[in-house]
Amino acid sequence: MAFLWSLAALIPLDNYGHYIHWGVIDISVANFIVVVLMVLAFLAALFLPFPGRNRRKESR
Amino acid sequence: MSTAEIEKQWTTRLRKRAHGHLPPEKLLPDTQPAYVSSWIYVFGVTTIAALVMVILSGIILALRGPQWWHSSSVGHFVNSTHLWSVEIFFFAMIVHLWGKFFMAAWRGGRSLTWVTGVVTFLTSVGTAFTGYVSQTNFDSQWISTQAKDGINATGVGSIFNVLNLGQMLMWHIVLLPLAAVILTAVHVLLVRVKGVVPPFEETNGASK
Repeated sequence: MAFLWSLAALIPLDNYGHYIHWGVIDISVANFIVVVLMVLAFLAALFLPFPGRNRRKESR
Repeated sequence: MSTAEIEKQWTTRLRKRAHGHLPPEKLLPDTQPAYVSSWIYVFGVTTIAALVMVILSGIILALRGPQWWHSSSVGHFVNSTHLWSVEIFFFAMIVHLWGKFFMAAWRGGRSLTWVTGVVTFLTSVGTAFTGYVSQTNFDSQWISTQAKDGINATGVGSIFNVLNLGQMLMWHIVLLPLAAVILTAVHVLLVRVKGVVPPFEETNGASK
């Protein structure tokens, strides 16, 4: 449990949020991280091999 | 009752029509085409799994009420489960949307499948929004007071008042989830009727 608390301390939640300002784009760092993770998940889904894919192709 | 009369009944006609469009082996197929063996096809069902968790955790929150989810450790846990299920729901749905967009998943008479997906997404955004303003804490007060000007500017503020907690809660736990679940069911049934969209080369007859 103490380990979890020390992990939580890495991300201070009692301060003002951090924002990225880029022209008309104004996004919180938290939301930006989620968008980056979604893009990474999308790319990983496209390029990572799916288990059993070759076996299915052979039996096709 | 004669056979001709039975054939005319709306129940008979509806059953035959449903069976014609969606026989049991199509509704719950044993196998899928080889091209479905890709991680990109996993995000649709991840969205459904997250939706199930959202509904289940939401039912528990509705049974116990705000006092419970604000003040007890189990209440905090279920409240967080509800929130994180929603996060996963939208995360998976957006990746699913990107995948289907770049596949042009509306091909082959699947336009209604695409449209029901879009409407489900918009309904889900509304469901999440009414959830954020129904938390009964300072966060929900802040969001609703910030949102009211935007909502009023659209002209719907007179019938959809984000400062009215009772109204927002009813939208959040009755109307919008009902719509989202029905739309999701229709979306999945349409996927079963039309089948999963094949890759471009499969459509062009150049598959390996």
